[in-house]
Amino acid sequence: MEVTNGLNLKDTELRLGLPGAQEEQQLEVSCVRSNNKRKNNDSTEESAPPPAKTQIVGWPPVRSNRKNNNNKNVSYVKVSMDGAPYLRKIDLKMYKNYPELLKALENMFKFTVGEYSEREGYQGSGFVPTYEDKDGDWMLVGDVPWDMFSSSCQKLRIMKGSEAPTAL
Amino acid sequence: MTEEDSSAKMSEDVEQYLKLNPPCSSSSSSSAVAFANKSGTFKSSSPPCPEHVLENVLENVLQFLTSRCDRNAVSLVCKSWYRVEAQTRFEVFIGNCYSLSPARLTHRFKGLRSIVLKGKPRFADFNLMPPNWGAQFAPWVAATAKAYPWLEKVHLKRMFVTDDDLALLAESFPGFKELTLVCCEGFGTSGIAVIANKCRQLKVLDLVESEVTDDEVDWISCFPEGKSHLESLSFDCVESPINFNALEGLVVRSPFLKKLRTNRFVSLEELHRLMVRAPQLTSLGTGSFSPDNAPQGEQLPDYAAAFLACKSIVCLSGFREFRPEYLLAISPVCANLTSLNFSYANISPHMLMPIIRNCHNIRVFWALDSIRDEGLQAVAATCKELRELRIFPFDPREDSEGPVSGVGLQAISEGCRKLESILYFCQRMTNEAVTAMSENCPQLTVFRLCIMGRHRPDHVTGKPMDDGFGAIVKNCKKLTRLAVSGLLTDEAFSYIGEYGKLIRTLSVAFAGNSDKALRYVLEGCPKLQKLEIRDSPFGDAGLRSGMHRYCNMRFVWLSSCVLSLGGCRDVAQALPNVVVEVFGSDGDDDDDTVTGDYVETLYLYRSLDGPRKDAPKFVTIL
Repeated sequence: MEVTNGLNLKDTELRLGLPGAQEEQQLEVSCVRSNNKRKNNDSTEESAPPPAKTQIVGWPPVRSNRKNNNNKNVSYVKVSMDGAPYLRKIDLKMYKNYPELLKALENMFKFTVGEYSEREGYQGSGFVPTYEDKDGDWMLVGDVPWDMFSSSCQKLRIMKGSEAPTAL
Repeated sequence: MTEEDSSAKMSEDVEQYLKLNPPCSSSSSSSAVAFANKSGTFKSSSPPCPEHVLENVLENVLQFLTSRCDRNAVSLVCKSWYRVEAQTRFEVFIGNCYSLSPARLTHRFKGLRSIVLKGKPRFADFNLMPPNWGAQFAPWVAATAKAYPWLEKVHLKRMFVTDDDLALLAESFPGFKELTLVCCEGFGTSGIAVIANKCRQLKVLDLVESEVTDDEVDWISCFPEGKSHLESLSFDCVESPINFNALEGLVVRSPFLKKLRTNRFVSLEELHRLMVRAPQLTSLGTGSFSPDNAPQGEQLPDYAAAFLACKSIVCLSGFREFRPEYLLAISPVCANLTSLNFSYANISPHMLMPIIRNCHNIRVFWALDSIRDEGLQAVAATCKELRELRIFPFDPREDSEGPVSGVGLQAISEGCRKLESILYFCQRMTNEAVTAMSENCPQLTVFRLCIMGRHRPDHVTGKPMDDGFGAIVKNCKKLTRLAVSGLLTDEAFSYIGEYGKLIRTLSVAFAGNSDKALRYVLEGCPKLQKLEIRDSPFGDAGLRSGMHRYCNMRFVWLSSCVLSLGGCRDVAQALPNVVVEVFGSDGDDDDDTVTGDYVETLYLYRSLDGPRKDAPKFVTIL
């Protein structure tokens, strides 16, 4: 993985435009947090369709004890993808079900997840979303009911198909 | 009184005293020379020298000075005044715990009774700072434990406090009276238990918006038996059940208790029992405001009667899991209320109306946007004494519905002319409404508008929000705190720099076009102390434009902007009295995080004692 030295202005460029313009998508991506080991992959970003609004960390600026007055507190989990140079963080409480979560992950990391079936797991894409639960076990995303998943998920990892152990 | 005025008056007072009580003439010096005499040695064998007389005078005069600005001014007059001021200062305020070392504090001030200490910058509240960054209370409690055995009050904000710290505090200060922890973390109910048990003179225990781990300790039972001195007990942020019988017993033996803020584990029935026991309360946090059990017919406690009996209640909060059918029980106290906090309750306009129309004396009102523009119009119609309004989003996401708008804002501005402070979350806004507020509410000192949709223009005209915020800084001449949002060009910042003469705190997010915006602010805003900026296109040139003033500011925060390591290093090298910290967002890199040139977060602050020694690995101090 190349480490970019020097200012990566394209990635951090913030341009103005009314919602709906192509620039908007650039804004979306460059505002999402990443650490400074980012890779310059803006070519793929420009051609991809506008992503669903990825939740920006710390925005709007409401303290966590105020968020979700009905539900419990925010739960940020780290998301890594094999081969991607930097981690992201998402708030699981923002998603109501697996399709929403998977769509957000697909947009975040620019990949598609395959067809899910209980027996076969994810087929067809080479990417397998997995998560670490409260007991430290790595499980396949989708195996348990959503509520159980969202309350026990500690970390997410999108594995490349060839690495996903069959034991999962 | 300005700083200059008070020092001048000080000199006048002293001169007057000396005219009436001329110093003895055994030494050759006149009062003027005594003034100039900075050697400060005291000879006990000779008759009182002028300087000693002067110090006595000063001590007596200074006891009337409580404002820290005045005291700071006094301490700058000369070394003798500095010394006397240091001897007579009992309360100290430290806005940034890293601006000096604990040793420096204990060396200068020998008689402190009260310490206010602030740690992390505000953006840490929004997950923009990795955990374990610092702001530990430990070195402070260790130093003060030795230096100030008579310490009475500790007030901490955004500090990392451990149970051990609390234990040391409880052991070290036998006369300890007041502990207030705001937005703190690192401790649990076991630490609180030690405080409750060992601080026998405790008057105030206020836990506000802090994270308190549940160690499964019954801390309420740890308060000792016998009459308690408690005047204020706030634990509404403690997310764990409490022993209610113990709480009731505590309240019964706390005749001086005026403020009680319970948490959501206290049911409506339990609240009723507490109110019956403590009708003298002035401030009540109502806990869940929801009954444990379904109503049992005639056994239903008379909640309205309980509120009627508490004639002194002027401040209500809580309602953490409220049930609308019980809300009207608070009606008997509405006319007396000066402060009402509904910000944890999903209250509709329909629920709000019957309550708010009696709240003629309200000065502080916090609510969720569930009250909608309609609810705000009702507030505007009744609450003519309103000074502070905070409207929080029920659904804090960018694309949520947005039940409040410029309509509500404008209504408030027209109805509540004495408004001084506003925090308003909305999805969309118009320049017209913001301008109306700037014209109708000239007393505004705090204007914080959060348009949750990033880069959102005026939704009627499509123009940037420059004119609205421009009007605020132009018309609200007393403005000291400003938070901006929505689509903003560099022009907005030119207004802020030019007209924001008294602004001390400025918050910027997703705004501006270029470095010019940052330059306008740093070259203007003469009173700027705290600058927090995120996700804006400001780079090294903008940063450099503030070099002349960073030593005179409390801090500058810039995250997800366009800064380079080189630019930050330039600042660090040019300003040895300023600590320049650079770090990333994740904070879990074990290796050196600064590999590229891109700087994710810059946090700089002035410091008398150089870079801190407790920085974690992910922080690089340039």
